[in-house]
Amino acid sequence: MSRTRVVVTGLGTTNPLGGDVATTWEGMIAGRSGVRRLGDWADGLPVRIGGTAAVDPTEVLDRIVARRLDRSSQLALVAALEAWADSGLDAAQESGDLDGDRFGVAFASGIGGVHTLLSNHDAMRDKGVRRVSPLAVPMLMANAPAATISLRLGARGPVNTPVSACASGNEAISLAADQIRLGRVDVAVAGGTEAAIHPLPIAAFANMMALSKNEGDPTTVSRPFDTGRDGFVLGEGAGALVLESLEHAQARGARIYAEILGTGITADAHDIAQPDPAGRGGTRAIKRALEDGDVSPTDIAHVNAHATSTPQGDVAESLMLHATLGSHANEVVVTSTKSMTGHLLGGAGALEGVATVLALHHRVAPPTINLDEQDPAVELDVATKPRDLPLGQIAAINNSFGFGGANVAVIFGSVD
Amino acid sequence: MSTEEIRSALADIVNEVAGIPADSVQLDKSFSDDLDVDSLSMVEVVVEAEEKFGVTIPDEEVKNLKTVGDAVAYIERNRSAA
Repeated sequence: MSRTRVVVTGLGTTNPLGGDVATTWEGMIAGRSGVRRLGDWADGLPVRIGGTAAVDPTEVLDRIVARRLDRSSQLALVAALEAWADSGLDAAQESGDLDGDRFGVAFASGIGGVHTLLSNHDAMRDKGVRRVSPLAVPMLMANAPAATISLRLGARGPVNTPVSACASGNEAISLAADQIRLGRVDVAVAGGTEAAIHPLPIAAFANMMALSKNEGDPTTVSRPFDTGRDGFVLGEGAGALVLESLEHAQARGARIYAEILGTGITADAHDIAQPDPAGRGGTRAIKRALEDGDVSPTDIAHVNAHATSTPQGDVAESLMLHATLGSHANEVVVTSTKSMTGHLLGGAGALEGVATVLALHHRVAPPTINLDEQDPAVELDVATKPRDLPLGQIAAINNSFGFGGANVAVIFGSVD
Repeated sequence: MSTEEIRSALADIVNEVAGIPADSVQLDKSFSDDLDVDSLSMVEVVVEAEEKFGVTIPDEEVKNLKTVGDAVAYIERNRSAA
């Protein structure tokens, strides 16, 4: 029996570059940075820059809807609603042509509702236990973004929340594709979100020496693969993809952006925070994704790298690509869109999934900005300007790696 | 504060918490049946009201506050008792 094919039919995002897909893609192709100086509230913190969302979600959502959601769920809902409308399934749903029982959600968060948790802690400390919101738990729980989307869109199939730190968003894409392949659902909203630009996570990431301490122009600090990189820049936002079985998408005449060809998920079992310097876990994830999709290394034209701008991680990813693609690794156009967006943690893999799909759809890879002097240990063709991708059947890899040793690779294929 | 002043201030709280238009928050309206204030929003309203009116509304009392009038009367009673 042939396997159910899974396609992408809707895209949505809100992130440091823009509040929707069109603005985001335009910003990526223009090589713009969404990293900016934080407000006065960040004075005294070891890092005072971040990729804050370009459009505040509370300006987009109904006031009462927003009031009952953590910022991470607000961002998730904005992205999911855009993807849903983009897919055309909103119209199908209104005319009764969508079975909610065959509709699922896999939406990730790396940290959960940290703003809600900490602001309620402040309220309890300053004003007493009575001031802890009765909504605190449903707002801060890790599955709040997925549940919010399920409630709003009427998804009554499996509603999952993979939590694998910075690999979460990509893992959600893989998981949603699995649900469709297993025949449990026909349609799934997949993605990830994060809203962790808050003093405590900033202090925590800074103290573990993961964040860049560069105090220069904020737009130049996220510099994946560059010799001057010294850590990542925290970003916030969400990415969402509507996935469908090919059969379901074709039956309703949907526009198909790309196909999910294969996915691979592995763990390093090496260290809770440090990547395996040899990149063995990531290598196995990419290999599995290639095998899963029966994709030959020579089919790969583009890689949206995880590359967060940390000294170790970016080099390890270069090793992974050489270990999996062999000599073809030098023929692949590699980019790290984190150079423009910063690192969205649980939202990263989802936003980069959106970017990977758009690269295939438009046949152009967005650039990596701030790459002034490429680290000689990174033997890859990294795009510093938008680069055309070849015509014909091509594929692209979206890589995501997370604390805990999580590695996820998703391979998308072009659709003509 | 007059009964109307308490009702009006309470209506503002219900509007802030649940988005119900303040002028529909009248004494004869049921929080759950007429105004669609769910149980968690009701707790938020109660906590805001406690702060605004300087009263204490114990959890076991909340279930007796079915209408806006019940809540206003409770607040009036307990403010004057204080």
